[in-house]
Amino acid sequence: MNMKQADDSFQAGRRQARRLDLKNGRVELTHGAGGRAMADLIDMMFRRAFDNPLLNQGNDQAAFELDAGRMVMSTDSFVISPLFFPGGNIGSLAVHGTVNDLAMAGARPLYLSTGFILEEGLPLAQLAEIVDAMAAAAREAGVLIVTGDTKVVERGKGDGVFINTAGIGRVPAGVSISGDRARPGHKVLVSGTIGDHGVAIMSLRKGLQFETALQSDCASLNGLVAGMVEQAGGAIAVLRDPTRGGLAATLNEIADQSGVGIRLHEHSLPIRAEVRGACELLGLDPLNVANEGKLIAIVEASEADALLDTMRQHVHGRDAAIVGEVIDDPMHLVRMVTTIGGERVIDWLHGEQLPRIC
Amino acid sequence: MKYIDEFRDGERARGLARALQAEARPERQYRLMEFCGGHTHAVFRYGIPDLLPPNIELIHGPGCPVCVLPIGRLDMAIRLVCDHPEVILASYGDMLRVPGSKRRSLLQARADGADVRMVYSVSDALALARANPDRQVVFFGIGFETTTPPTALGILEARRSGLDNFSVFCNHVLTPAAMKAILNVPPGAQAGETLEVDGFIGPSHVSVIIGSDAYSFCAGQYHKPVVIAGFEPLDVLQSILMLVRQLNEGRADIENQYTRAVTPGGNRKAQAAVAEVFTLRPSFEWRGLGAIPESALGISEAYLAYDAEQRFDMVYQAAAGTKGCECPAVLRGAKKPTDCKLFATTCTPESPLGSCMVSDEGACAAYFTYGRFRQEAEQRQAEQRAEHRAARA
Repeated sequence: MNMKQADDSFQAGRRQARRLDLKNGRVELTHGAGGRAMADLIDMMFRRAFDNPLLNQGNDQAAFELDAGRMVMSTDSFVISPLFFPGGNIGSLAVHGTVNDLAMAGARPLYLSTGFILEEGLPLAQLAEIVDAMAAAAREAGVLIVTGDTKVVERGKGDGVFINTAGIGRVPAGVSISGDRARPGHKVLVSGTIGDHGVAIMSLRKGLQFETALQSDCASLNGLVAGMVEQAGGAIAVLRDPTRGGLAATLNEIADQSGVGIRLHEHSLPIRAEVRGACELLGLDPLNVANEGKLIAIVEASEADALLDTMRQHVHGRDAAIVGEVIDDPMHLVRMVTTIGGERVIDWLHGEQLPRIC
Repeated sequence: MKYIDEFRDGERARGLARALQAEARPERQYRLMEFCGGHTHAVFRYGIPDLLPPNIELIHGPGCPVCVLPIGRLDMAIRLVCDHPEVILASYGDMLRVPGSKRRSLLQARADGADVRMVYSVSDALALARANPDRQVVFFGIGFETTTPPTALGILEARRSGLDNFSVFCNHVLTPAAMKAILNVPPGAQAGETLEVDGFIGPSHVSVIIGSDAYSFCAGQYHKPVVIAGFEPLDVLQSILMLVRQLNEGRADIENQYTRAVTPGGNRKAQAAVAEVFTLRPSFEWRGLGAIPESALGISEAYLAYDAEQRFDMVYQAAAGTKGCECPAVLRGAKKPTDCKLFATTCTPESPLGSCMVSDEGACAAYFTYGRFRQEAEQRQAEQRAEHRAARA
């Protein structure tokens, strides 16, 4: 069913009592069948939350004008379990994730699309909470969700809800940010404490539950990036958000892509005491743990201090720090000077992180 | 973190490094074994060798529970879950990836349909048994003296609460017996097969349980000093300094650097629980060290009902390791991981061929993960590839 049909149903629906029971109802197969039930879902669930003129055009696609310049586009799918976690849910994550992928080119994110794959039986109240979180995240990031799609799969064939988002954004003139632009002498900055998201999620996993006041850091970073680009856009070589695989994987990617080495200083890494504690206990390395609201910036040394100041003035960059530098290394290794002054290689994570025995 | 950061302080580390430079006599070599895998891990994680004078050599010992378990014992567990569909095998995570005979691991057995669950403690296994009254839950008990008391308490709890569908596949081993095996140079041993250790960095957590007195044989019988060390980098550095001083003075004492946790007598309550539930096995096979008399625990007569080996008629069959795998020599400290042809070539943490590449505490995994000798390893790999190409041409 397209948005036009949905719109017709929407008009018709106004004349009738609504049948979507947001309090006790559940997703049913009919919600994806293209009929009346689906129109109700689109109307009461999605349009209610995402409400904007482009979406309300009611077509199969959203149409909009663009300024001249370089555009970026990105897509990401979200299958996180549990759906709800301290600091967010799959909905907010789905917006932050794609907004951040766009922002890591220095771009201003403009429009998002979203696709939902719902599992039969998902409580509508939960779906509403997820959709509301998406809407709030989009408002906060200043992006519009302009087109969407819904499918329902039989019970047991999904994990509650899967969400895909895609987005486009515009890159300001004079900005050229890419993973292959790190050069020896550049400084490495992180925008805040690392490992918060991964540890918050781990604390909820079955068989591993532990109590923590820790929240996921899940956030859109386009505001932070906009400030940095304004301050010294030309001096930023690389931006990347260290999600799965953590800082270790992301820095290794950049080292490979740029053909350089990277040296970190352990004492300068911002890590919360709770995260360090949980990692000590479970035998994990915070450098391998996922983040959802942090970025790594590799910048010209002469602008590093000014950029650090700018980052620290933003709510998502308060704990920003300069953590290392790009070096010349034919082996493209990421190394770290440890707190006691030794050195070790920071490699990609091998296999999965397993808690150790004693 | 309070009480942790103090033991990772850079300034103090540099002070200890200076003291070591001054203390170590340039004309001699110091060969010190850190017995415990936890220390091996700490040594590489913090880059401790970078702070040592070149004539102080750290030799990595066999104190890694999954590393020393012989393939034949792992095979027993794999056969158990494959032959008994009623069994849920509850195991620590590390153990799941170790390849057994024909490179088959518990993870592969699970993929083929066996019910293998990763647990974090024996209490998780007890909970599984309570939640699945119609199944048999077998806890894969492995480890040195640190993990033995919890297993003992698990069995005591099962008896107390009448949990009849719970049993333990017991593979608990003893540290002092392994140290003796390392110190006993077998008659007719060739150079390279054995090693000479000048002193031991003693284990942290194991010593909390057994106490520092348990090592007195080292000093008395073998005239080798032991310094029990904490797991933090400053603990390790200070213990090395204490060992170097003993060796310079010709002493062989049991000293305790880890006084904040270790007492001479150890944890008597834990020892009592272990003595109640377990009994000494006359002999036990270790990977790398062979059969060592009185080096492991079995379940005692009074608790045989909780012994999975009895309950399921499990039988041990010795099994050969992967061809070319140097885990045995690495575990004896006779070879370094980089001496193994498989290291970082076909054997990596992603697809380990030997047990030492699986656990964080295994010497091979620590070498690999923290990039020690990476350069040499990659160079050797390139050479091997070139050789291979030349041989084909």
